[in-house]
Amino acid sequence: MAWTKKILRVNLTSGSITEEPLNMEWANDYLGQRGLATRYLVDEIDPATDALGPDNKLIMTTGPLTGTVASTGGRYSVVCKSPLTNAVACSNSGGFFGAEMKFAGLDMIIFEGKASSPMYLNIEDDKAELLSADALWGKSVWEADKIMRTTHSDPQARIACVGRSAEEGNLYAAIVNDLHRAAGRSGVGTVMASKNLKAVIIRGTKGLGNLRDPKAFLSAANAGKKVLAENAVTGQGLPAYGTQVLMNVINEVGALPTRNMKETQFEGASNVGGEAMLEPRKSDGKPNLTTNGACFSCTIACGRISTIDRTHFSVKDKPEYWINSGGLEYEAAWALGPDTGVDDIDALTYANFLCNEDGMDPISFGSTLAAAMELYETGAITKDQTGGMELKFGSAEALCWAAEVTAKGEGFGKDLGLGSKRLCEKYGKPELSMTVKGQEFPAYDPRGIQGIGLAYATSNRGACHLRGYTIASEILGIPEKTDPLDAAGKPGLVKAFQDATSAVDSAGLCVFTTFAWTMDDIAPQVDAACDGNWTTEKMMEVGERIWNMEREFNSKAGLTGADDTLPKRLLTEAANAGPAQGKVNELDKMLPEYYQLRGWTADGTVTSETHQKFGLPG
Amino acid sequence: MKITFKLFATLGDLLPANAVRNIASIDIEPDASLNDIIDRYQVPRELAHLVLINGVFVCDTDRDQKGQLKEGDVLAIWPPVAGG
Repeated sequence: MAWTKKILRVNLTSGSITEEPLNMEWANDYLGQRGLATRYLVDEIDPATDALGPDNKLIMTTGPLTGTVASTGGRYSVVCKSPLTNAVACSNSGGFFGAEMKFAGLDMIIFEGKASSPMYLNIEDDKAELLSADALWGKSVWEADKIMRTTHSDPQARIACVGRSAEEGNLYAAIVNDLHRAAGRSGVGTVMASKNLKAVIIRGTKGLGNLRDPKAFLSAANAGKKVLAENAVTGQGLPAYGTQVLMNVINEVGALPTRNMKETQFEGASNVGGEAMLEPRKSDGKPNLTTNGACFSCTIACGRISTIDRTHFSVKDKPEYWINSGGLEYEAAWALGPDTGVDDIDALTYANFLCNEDGMDPISFGSTLAAAMELYETGAITKDQTGGMELKFGSAEALCWAAEVTAKGEGFGKDLGLGSKRLCEKYGKPELSMTVKGQEFPAYDPRGIQGIGLAYATSNRGACHLRGYTIASEILGIPEKTDPLDAAGKPGLVKAFQDATSAVDSAGLCVFTTFAWTMDDIAPQVDAACDGNWTTEKMMEVGERIWNMEREFNSKAGLTGADDTLPKRLLTEAANAGPAQGKVNELDKMLPEYYQLRGWTADGTVTSETHQKFGLPG
Repeated sequence: MKITFKLFATLGDLLPANAVRNIASIDIEPDASLNDIIDRYQVPRELAHLVLINGVFVCDTDRDQKGQLKEGDVLAIWPPVAGG
């Protein structure tokens, strides 16, 4: 076993904190993290409940390999019902917080109810206490982090915290851990703040001594690390350029959504990509990128640590931002850059810093701003709403201003905090929202990459690249190259990626390992760590079980097959340039086959046969 | 004839001196194959992973074919990369 077999249950209404054993029968069926916590959520909440009400629960959860020496074994997730999508939410984060949970002896922390005043949870091994967060409320993540470190006098404690955006009800607020890693998507931070829970600070010193077969585990983990080191992507490309290497790739293939997805190539892409982050700037001769960085136990180290040019208008009078901090990753850079038409890398980095500082999902923020810019350019939003700011595509000033007001929930920042769907509805143009199930798109245009369109449409947490990253195959040739413009064969590809990713997420590993690892590299590591004979086949079965369980949760929350769609723009307005010119996404050709492969009805409902096959709850 | 030649990521240093960032204008023989150009600029073939003509992927078995390029085309090459 690599589970600690212990859950901490924190009732914020009553203030009670209790320990309970992990349900090992469920662990055998759902492994850990994403799968296992969702199994608890399904058991404990009504899917139709108000996501921001006290009956929703928030689960911080680790996988069996979290805290181990398996490469990337430091992931944790936050599971709850999402206020952005009203679907199941599971947001995954790296950094060091998840491993610290394990070192304090915990597989999961389940938060329920709502505190009557702001609180934070302090954990020191077996001690757990709720403390007043009166001094933290109204502070940014970075400010609150500093205060807690001073209060607890422990520089080695790990902190997960929400910022002012969450407190102000921003619907895509994140939970930021270790200052610049985040459980970013679907508004999990909003749920945390709705419970009057500001932060969790953990110090664990117990280590991890519960591997099923330590010798076999070390051998399997070392074999896995060798594969990562010898692979050109995970051994060289990601450490050197990070995910941002994709900016020029995706632009070249004509699938870089630009200006709220009106266009598919961005003329300024080369100014904001991975190569540009390495160019010395005129003012001080230093590049944007200072160094790469790694999360706990990771041997890839794709993270970006960056600075902003001190002479840039956004920070020239703000020395507090003359720091090295979490820099641009591809998805954030796309949303803040090409999607808003801004090609100023310092403006993007500043907006990204603010997203980290106050806990906002930069994908949803950038995409929502892009929608606001189109609303502004069509006249649906005017300076009356923005307080005088010209919200034009391409304006770095507008981007920096919007990040500032949204981070604090001030003025028009309140509107931007609604997310793209509700913003566009409010201003009478719902068709301008580039969302699925209310969640904003990531950085790939489904007209130029057909399979990712199906992955977006069927993702259980709304538009998301991390639920089935078919880009690996369709663009990058991993494990095999498929034609991005051809819809044929994509339903099977999407399903395979979705199921495999569910299992990887549930192990406590980073999905980036799968650029080099197959399930045959992962299963031996899980098996050596955990009881239960974890073969490749069992991992894939567990992945598919999780996918179906999430789907059934969403059905009970009121979502149907009609929600498995894309914005009209992507289905009817052809790509304007590049290889995909003249093409729309052919979702109608892919969706019926996908439902069939899933064992669902023609309208997208899990059949009773499929339900029984996987032994799903309820 | 002239084409636009782009090398990205770790291959960027192999571009000719006239390159701006990752882009150079180069002269090629009209019947040059992609591998002729890849070899001319000393791009290790095993690192020519993503090879695109005007954004469209060309698999490694088709890179010896003559006459795939025409005046003004864009040839872009990456080593194995990924992100997300």
